Amino acid sequence: MLLQRLSEAHGIAGHEEEVRAVLLEQIRDRVDACRIDGMGNLIALKKGTGSSPLRVLVAAHMDEVGLMITSAEESGVLRFAKVGGIDDRVLPARVVLIGPKRVPGVIGVKPVHLLDKGERDRVTESRQLTIDVGATGKAEAEKLAPRGEFAVFATEFIALSDPSSGYRTVQGKAFDDRAGCAILVELLQERFPFDLVAAFTVQEEVGLRGARVAAGAEKPDAALVLECTGANEVPTTRDTSPSTRLGSGPAITLRDTSFISDPRLVELFRTAAREKSIPHQYKQPNIGGTDAGSIHRARDGVPSLTLAVPARYIHSPSSILDLTDFENTAALAREALHRLPRGFVP
Amino acid sequence: METAVLLRELTEARGPSGYEEEIRRIIRARFAVYARDVRVDSLGNCIARIPGTGALPSNGARPSLMLAGHMDEIALMVSQLEKGFLRVAQVGGFDPRVLLAQEVIVHGARELPGIVVSVPPHFTDPAEREKPVPLEKLFIDVGLSPHDVESLVHVGDLVSLRARWTELSGGYAACKSMDDRAGVAAIVLCLEELSKRSHAWDVYAVATVQEEVGSRGALVGAFGVAPAAAIAVDVTFGMQPGLSPAESVKMDAGPTIALGPNFHPRLFDRLIEAAKLIELPHQVEPIPSDSGTDAWHIQVSRSGVPCGLVGIPARYMHTPVETVCLRDVERAARLLTELVCRLPPEFAETLETRDALAKGES
Repeated sequence: MLLQRLSEAHGIAGHEEEVRAVLLEQIRDRVDACRIDGMGNLIALKKGTGSSPLRVLVAAHMDEVGLMITSAEESGVLRFAKVGGIDDRVLPARVVLIGPKRVPGVIGVKPVHLLDKGERDRVTESRQLTIDVGATGKAEAEKLAPRGEFAVFATEFIALSDPSSGYRTVQGKAFDDRAGCAILVELLQERFPFDLVAAFTVQEEVGLRGARVAAGAEKPDAALVLECTGANEVPTTRDTSPSTRLGSGPAITLRDTSFISDPRLVELFRTAAREKSIPHQYKQPNIGGTDAGSIHRARDGVPSLTLAVPARYIHSPSSILDLTDFENTAALAREALHRLPRGFVP
Repeated sequence: METAVLLRELTEARGPSGYEEEIRRIIRARFAVYARDVRVDSLGNCIARIPGTGALPSNGARPSLMLAGHMDEIALMVSQLEKGFLRVAQVGGFDPRVLLAQEVIVHGARELPGIVVSVPPHFTDPAEREKPVPLEKLFIDVGLSPHDVESLVHVGDLVSLRARWTELSGGYAACKSMDDRAGVAAIVLCLEELSKRSHAWDVYAVATVQEEVGSRGALVGAFGVAPAAAIAVDVTFGMQPGLSPAESVKMDAGPTIALGPNFHPRLFDRLIEAAKLIELPHQVEPIPSDSGTDAWHIQVSRSGVPCGLVGIPARYMHTPVETVCLRDVERAARLLTELVCRLPPEFAETLETRDALAKGES
């Protein structure tokens, strides 16, 4: 898939050559003329059928956000600057590939165990972060990643959903704006009534600079920009989920502060509940602890699980439970216990 | 055996605390190459027994040494579904600040790749970008319709990091779970060496579960094995930006041998002696109280087990890019091998008291 090739090509602003090479190879036979301008924009002309006098520019940018190596420390780690708008918070603990030879490096962070007081509540600024390429000194680091070398995130293109599901999602880097580039390549298969000028532009992420030059040279009557934009549909409400709900059946603990339920027992209870149509729910993880915390680590270990009747206001003078939950808890316990296989313990 | 190949296989495999099935299968097969007797105990520890050979001690009972490295890894667990996005809880200790925009695998009805949501800078104001996103506000997006998510993912499903093995320059490598698959790798390499040499002690190689949630595996594993002594092999903080020399050890300068209340002085001496005999680079690491390793829990098993700790320096702990020097893993293996092969049968008795004075040796 062209989108995959483009997504995996490297090209921060000013270093779009890899992307440009892929695109040039793709469009060369589909267009009537093409050129690369002084800034690096790839500009192609697809002549119209002649029925419209217009000249239309369709643009998509080739560059992506990334990093540039600024210096090497005596210890061998590298300092870097951001090229384009990157939130500092996505940088820590990430693999990057440096330069055309794709030298791998990792952006290090302090181990969580050794954070200073209050450090957890602060964002580490990008100028305090370093890239580790495994070099043991400054000279070695500079050889692997000279000053000014560019770096991009090492992200593989993968399909997330089953192609048959109708909801076809993929994951990868630089969809902004390689998606636009790929679409523009598609458009070049066709002839439109007007002359179409395709501009694969450079340096969008550092101030829309390539497009300015391309438009200045091509003098279009109209323009269409093909982009990739943020879909900000993440829920923003606070988590107010109850640990369990009344009336939803017995609660199976998967993990609380005292222990982790044995996965084989969880499966046993889950199957029993499903096959006997006993309503059940899973308790939110990491809340509370039960005797299973002690039992599972007694002697040489005891596989354990906690099953609970949900109730409101426990640990207070008066609480409320649902008798159906109560009965279903008993039913599920009974059913699952009967099913416990003889050879359960190794 | 090539260390990089072994360690890659171990680190890329999945095994969140309490759900170590996949990694256990791999370790079990690795152990089985060198041990006839490999078993899995009730909590899931994988235990290989390699019998000692040669003369028995005067009391007729062959002492045993437990080598422990933990196989579990820190992970996340789905705590709630919301409009097709997943909220998560910790299984072990991540700094939530390293999670933003990381790639993960959600272990639902099938394995679903996904990412930890990070809101593009276009939608956030500068003040917001100066605040870390707490775990309660993190979501995972598996890129499926809310309907599909609800049928494939359930509260309680595990979420592990999707990190690929990255080989850096100069014999360094980065991946998730170097903590403590590097330790397990050292034990496997040690078993390979032991298969060519003779040793008087029985050796139990134990890949433990649930270390990251409080060494629960080591606790019951040590009870079951009931060893005369134990060495835990775990990663330790390697020198890196942000850490002082006082809180870190050198990379590529050999394994650490720990000193402190958690460790039996004579086992420490033995480890140092073994390292010196083969001119192995090594470092001494003072640990004033809880070592934060399986050794802390093994030490108080049953009537007490003398413990030692061999550390493999690692950078960027508890992130998807934990970094080790492969030579350090190999050196740790050589140290363990040398220790085991040089343990005389009667050495176990000298461990029965901690203090040399109590034996009137001073």
